[in-house]
Amino acid sequence: MSTNLGMPAVAPPGVGHLRGTQSFPDAARGALADSQLRRNLGHATRVIRTKRASVVAELPDWEQLRLAGEALKTATMARLDEHLERLEREVTARGGVVHWARDANDANAIVTRLVQETGETEVVKVKSMATQEIGLNEALEAAGIAAHETDLAELIVQLGHDQPSHILVPAIHRNRAEIREIFLREMPGVDPALTSEPRRLAMAARAFLRERFLRAKVAISGANFGVADTGTLLVVESEGNGRMCLTLPETLITVMGIEKVVPTWQDLEVFLQLLPRSSTGERMNPYTSAWTGVTPGDGPQTFHLVLLDNGRTATLADEVGRAALHCIRCSACLNVCPVYERTGGHAYGSVYPGPIGAVLSPQLTGVEDNASLPYASSLCGACFDACPVRIDIPSLLVRLRAQHVDAQRARSVPSAEALSMAAASWLMSSPGRFAAAEKASRLGRLLGRSAGRISTLPPPLSAWTGSRDAPRPPAETFREWWARERGTS
Amino acid sequence: MSAREDVLARIREANRGAGAPPPPDVPRDYHRSGDHPPGAPEVLALFRDRLVDYKATVIDAPADGVPAAIRGALAQLTGPVVVPPGLPDDWVPGAVVDGADGVGTLSPADLDASAAVVTACAAACATTGTIALDGSPDQGRRALTLVPDVHVCVVRADQVVQTVPELVAALHPPHPITFISGPSATSDIELERVEGVHGPRTLIVVLTDAPTTSA
Repeated sequence: MSTNLGMPAVAPPGVGHLRGTQSFPDAARGALADSQLRRNLGHATRVIRTKRASVVAELPDWEQLRLAGEALKTATMARLDEHLERLEREVTARGGVVHWARDANDANAIVTRLVQETGETEVVKVKSMATQEIGLNEALEAAGIAAHETDLAELIVQLGHDQPSHILVPAIHRNRAEIREIFLREMPGVDPALTSEPRRLAMAARAFLRERFLRAKVAISGANFGVADTGTLLVVESEGNGRMCLTLPETLITVMGIEKVVPTWQDLEVFLQLLPRSSTGERMNPYTSAWTGVTPGDGPQTFHLVLLDNGRTATLADEVGRAALHCIRCSACLNVCPVYERTGGHAYGSVYPGPIGAVLSPQLTGVEDNASLPYASSLCGACFDACPVRIDIPSLLVRLRAQHVDAQRARSVPSAEALSMAAASWLMSSPGRFAAAEKASRLGRLLGRSAGRISTLPPPLSAWTGSRDAPRPPAETFREWWARERGTS
Repeated sequence: MSAREDVLARIREANRGAGAPPPPDVPRDYHRSGDHPPGAPEVLALFRDRLVDYKATVIDAPADGVPAAIRGALAQLTGPVVVPPGLPDDWVPGAVVDGADGVGTLSPADLDASAAVVTACAAACATTGTIALDGSPDQGRRALTLVPDVHVCVVRADQVVQTVPELVAALHPPHPITFISGPSATSDIELERVEGVHGPRTLIVVLTDAPTTSA
């Protein structure tokens, strides 16, 4: 296969979970009508926001840490090829095997082959955004391999035949009663007297998964960081399911996006402060595992690292948009976003929801495949303030909107928006035409007589009134008022 | 072209296309060391506070009181106690030792059937209440401190640093390193915190100024 330089290689369609089946406004409409979902989301985002604010306030050097995190990521991307080659060398020297995947199809084929070579037909999985992105579970299932999610929330999502809705707490759209019902229906051997108390539900999951951990021969994980100068991989977690998967099986396969590399072990002194406080609002998460290749007598004796592109190099090619690759998946931007708080994650159609998803997904797929996401924001800027590595998400959103408009302009049939803008330009460039148009707008008064506003306009103006009202035009235009009050002519 | 060469070529092309931005200098003017040296009373007080906040139990032990403190920590438990091969012999008399010469002998089922594990640690951090294990002989392989339901960890005062940068500097890959901050926990159901999921549900820290290598 040859590479086509100059033509960015985006994540391929038809595999994985980066593209929704509906546009954001259409998908959001359903979510907004679900009052249970909105209550759950409102509660969850409020709780995490408050916790984050209090632990961030504890660190007097928080802004210096953010600046260091931003600079570290920018510096890493500028020499990304060298850092990845170093990582590969160090992992290999310590007994690991490194594989490279251009896209989701490459990565799924590699992991499927590696599992098949072990002779196993089931694997345990640590929660991983990268493997969700590429649709690995579906690919394994198609090959007759059962992939068991072991993070509690991922387990709830998997048993509920559902999709995750938040990066950190993927089952946040479910309440305790729904989770109890899912467990009673889907968990073999569960106590029928199970109550909906969170502790009881968590203990039911512990008992169900423990047996799977103890018998598992193959585990699949993602990675929060890959340290180039030592070849060390890290998984940051809370429950201990990560430790179970990274320690007990004989074979470990880790799928890591190429942007997760950090140059040196020392750099973790920044990220291990930024990530937990931004993510769960804790001073430190309960467990972080760091492993380097294979350690004789301790943990998996076979280790594979799969380095994944899947649209990341296409993102890197944009001088502004590449900053989206700095994301450390903390989800702080979701919790402060007024749009996410109301719509939840499913409306974004991608495994990466919220503000970061709105700038990352369209770049991984090419903007025309996620064209509505850059508009899923009020540009209020709260996401930039919350971002631990200072990604300027509002500027990225504006840039993607511009790219989308340019792409539309290049098409032969102009959009309704482009036509109306051209018409407005023609009207407003002549005083006579503008005055005539102002007078004509008074016809609109017929529409909004009772409510003082217009809720429904005929196409193409319905594009505006589909999601907001138009004001009823005034009885007198400004020019008429001026002429009457102050004018002489 | 292999996938490897393909991806590397795409990265180089992308960086050239984006104007080959030079890597910026990384400003490291955040706090890289604490206000107090390792083991200072202020550092230990902070460490204790953080551990208790995580619902861990802290037992202070004098230099010669480690075995007694461990005995107290294990008093309520019935069942075998497992230890790594390099733990001082007099700390847990009668414990089941997980192999020797760096090779564990207990199966996952053996570990699952044990009541508790007792280990030392590699380093600890006060600001975050974190204990780090690096697989040294007095800490053992990773499965040993994962499967048993109770983990008793002996931390020497001079191992406790104040800040995260000091903790990271005290640890050295390629040793497998586990950072532990309280018992395992989940907030996946309605954001309600439940302590104890898959890792040990109980973490007991014995804080001492005794040299752990005395035996």
